[in-house]
Amino acid sequence: MKNRLKVLRAERDWSQGDLADRLDVSRQSVNAIETGRYDPSLPLAFRIAELFGLAIEDIFTSPSAPV
Amino acid sequence: MHKSPALRRYNATVLGLSLAYMGTLFGVVALFRSHPPTGPLAYLLAVLPALPLLGVFLAWGRYLRDEPDEYIRTMNVRQTLIATVFMLCATTIWGFLESFGLAPHVPAYSAGVLWFAGLMLGGCLNIAAVRAGTV
Repeated sequence: MKNRLKVLRAERDWSQGDLADRLDVSRQSVNAIETGRYDPSLPLAFRIAELFGLAIEDIFTSPSAPV
Repeated sequence: MHKSPALRRYNATVLGLSLAYMGTLFGVVALFRSHPPTGPLAYLLAVLPALPLLGVFLAWGRYLRDEPDEYIRTMNVRQTLIATVFMLCATTIWGFLESFGLAPHVPAYSAGVLWFAGLMLGGCLNIAAVRAGTV
């Protein structure tokens, strides 16, 4: 699933490790989500959204959304 | 490298169970050679080395349940499925070869050994899949 995680992280000058620590997940998880290889669960997606103070759909692009 | 408390507990458990396995295996083999037990005691002693291995299977299951990182857990479940498919395919093929007299008999506990080999194979395939960008 496409997302803006890398951009949001870069805006805050956070490394993948920094974001992983803030989310209490592994750096591999952040990398997998960021590159679209892994779709996070709804609870983790909410944690990510809350961390950035955004709605989930402001970070993740719905796979069924019109291009 | 991600090492959750659940993974550290699994590693410590496996270390302890491995030592228990070696101890019981050597002890039981030595006993059966020197003073072969009989009756129910023989069955009990023969099963002893299997118990630490069962413990490792259960420890892996507990680790999968307790691993807090969902991505790592997903990858480990993938690894477990690869190991299970590998073990089932190998034992099924070997069983037919054996039935037609084309392969020697192997003990049933070899399935467990194959499963552990499959876990290693699954770990390698996980690394390859991550590098290929597929998972």
